[in-house]
Amino acid sequence: MSTGIDAPPLRTTAPPRRFPSQAVTGYLFILPALIGFAVFYLYPALRGVQISFTDWNLLSEPSTVGMANYNEVIRDPKFWSALGITVKYVLWNIPVQTLLALGLAVAMDRLVKSMFVKGLLILPYLLSSVVVAMIFLWLLDPFLGIVNQWLDGTPLGKQSFFTSAEQAIPTIAFVNVWKHMGFNALLFYAGLQAIPRTVYEAASIDGASELTTFRRITLPLLRPVTVFVLVTSLIGSFQIFDTVAVTTQGGPADATRVLVYYIYQNAFSFFRMGYATAMSMVLFVILVVFTLLQMRLLRANESDLE
Amino acid sequence: MKKLLTLTATLTTTLVSTASAATTIEYWLWDANQQPAYQQCAANFTRKNPDITVKITQKGWNDYWTGLTTGFVSGTAPDVFTNHLAYYPEFASNNQLVDLNPLIKRDKVATNVYFKGLADLWVKNGKRYGLPKDFDTVGIFYNADMLAKAGMKPTDLANLTWNPKDGGTWQKAIARLTVDRSGNNGLSPNFNKKQVKQYGYLTGYGAGFNGQTEWAFYTAPMGWKHNNGLFGTKYNYGDPRFAQAIQWLADLNLKHGLIPSFKDVQSSGDGLFRAGQAAMFINGSWMISDFTQKLPFKVGIAPLPKGPNGKRMSMFNGLSDAIWVGSKNKEAAWKWVKYLASVECQNTVGRSGVVFPAIPSATNLAVAAHKARGVDVSSFVNQAKAPGGTFYFPITDNAAQVNDIMTSTLQRVFLGQAKASAVLKDANAKVNALFR
Repeated sequence: MSTGIDAPPLRTTAPPRRFPSQAVTGYLFILPALIGFAVFYLYPALRGVQISFTDWNLLSEPSTVGMANYNEVIRDPKFWSALGITVKYVLWNIPVQTLLALGLAVAMDRLVKSMFVKGLLILPYLLSSVVVAMIFLWLLDPFLGIVNQWLDGTPLGKQSFFTSAEQAIPTIAFVNVWKHMGFNALLFYAGLQAIPRTVYEAASIDGASELTTFRRITLPLLRPVTVFVLVTSLIGSFQIFDTVAVTTQGGPADATRVLVYYIYQNAFSFFRMGYATAMSMVLFVILVVFTLLQMRLLRANESDLE
Repeated sequence: MKKLLTLTATLTTTLVSTASAATTIEYWLWDANQQPAYQQCAANFTRKNPDITVKITQKGWNDYWTGLTTGFVSGTAPDVFTNHLAYYPEFASNNQLVDLNPLIKRDKVATNVYFKGLADLWVKNGKRYGLPKDFDTVGIFYNADMLAKAGMKPTDLANLTWNPKDGGTWQKAIARLTVDRSGNNGLSPNFNKKQVKQYGYLTGYGAGFNGQTEWAFYTAPMGWKHNNGLFGTKYNYGDPRFAQAIQWLADLNLKHGLIPSFKDVQSSGDGLFRAGQAAMFINGSWMISDFTQKLPFKVGIAPLPKGPNGKRMSMFNGLSDAIWVGSKNKEAAWKWVKYLASVECQNTVGRSGVVFPAIPSATNLAVAAHKARGVDVSSFVNQAKAPGGTFYFPITDNAAQVNDIMTSTLQRVFLGQAKASAVLKDANAKVNALFR
């Protein structure tokens, strides 16, 4: 039941007239993508559902065990601890990354004319995550890394970064902020470009301050982009794996054993493919819930630009 | 016309030769240091068997086992691959390895030519999954320059003793080689453990369940055993002796500041030794060339410290080559495996001086090769020959899970988050529960 206050205005748009031949052409155009989707996403996902009800060690024939894997997920303290660590990572990663990206986008919009500088920002995103993780692993090494050589002289002193139970998750989050910030900034930047300049002109005629303009005009009009950035980076962030696999392997003392790393361990180290897929399914459900929640809270299907 | 004839002739010979060289064996190993020696073996092998070529692929240790497993499932695993004691039981119980016994019987291959005990490690439930190709023991690698600077002679390291209470003369030697920023060593009352410039000893802290290069050489001479024998199902990590040894090792850093902390070591492994910031490092014989040939300072080798039972004890480990059941060229694969385990190939490997071959005479060649480069490696070989000087790698089912439990538990102790005596009993219960 809608209370009527927040309810979207009813809008009736006439469906575009379709000619069958055009429809066929359209489907032909998306066919390659559809085939790719079916082969590389749909089929594996459905197989995953099936495997999650089996006990399968990859090498022998799987045997059906019903709900046993899901029952074990609920009772597995390591699963819950991994989920908790993942949430901790997300809470470090998303706010820092989004705020920095937004700031960068505004700075680009206002200050930077050079295409070259804008291009530089996206460079980290183009690097492979494994390479990024390796670079930071060496930069931040307690003894041999250059960052600690610098810190050694300062009041802060040397830091452990990846090897301390307290710092490992924030460090991994920072590495990924560095990698993804530029790409998200570009998305925000594109969103900023889409805001008509006339709105800003009107605001400045009314004597609105820079800050008010940002709060009252820029932020609300950016909302569709913000939703896109938040939803995609949240999904990606929950699936953090590669940086952990390269830098900490879940350590020290399990401090960075995130959910996907635990799933990977079960699948490929412990040969428990059924159990690993069951956990993946649970993660999938969690992500669907989070995504829907975000879309609803942020009113994703509306725009203020009308 | 003549030209055409020549062309046809060339084509025919090419066709014939490709037809006869039809079989290619895919062979995997993980150690880049060993690849040249085995490449040489492969070349010699093809010379004797012109119809078989061997294609060698080297993969890093971490990708190796995942690559094999996915290869088994997708049918792309290599015909032959280097196998490890920690991994073969799982593969064997999932029927991925060829039982070599019938082939050995058919071809009358001798299995008693290797160092005593090595061949037995590859037998499970009466089936044999590999012929030994090499062995390894552990010993002390030391930075000879640091030793000299501390006024110590190599012979000072030849008869060290260790016990879990005060660390014995081993701990004294470590303290003497640990120096703080004001130049005081670890034996001095003015030693500042917060400002250490050079550590006497470096441990890798890792290797959760077997401790081959970290703690097994301390715990074995205390009379402690990992479990109740080959393919054991009852583990002893809850034993107070084990907790004592682990706590001693952790306290070397936590209490005494004589070794780098877990945090400092984790990311770089042996980096501090290579960087000339740690004087001694206990590691396996497979590291000899790496340490003695490539570092900018002189590295010497000393035997292990003697434990409470008066003995030096090293884990005895070795590799073998396995044939995958899915191989389409099993007969050729067997020929290659047989060759790898033969005197001829092991001599080739021995002369390269990278690892110790499983056949004693070939090992002598390796010792001589090192000697020619000015490195005395006899303590590793003596360790293998000494009566009671070795104990087996704990071959086990569920190795990955046992390792996972022990790694995280030991890390808590090394980080100082928990006392060994408080957490190891619980970890042991979890390990034993895997075998129920």
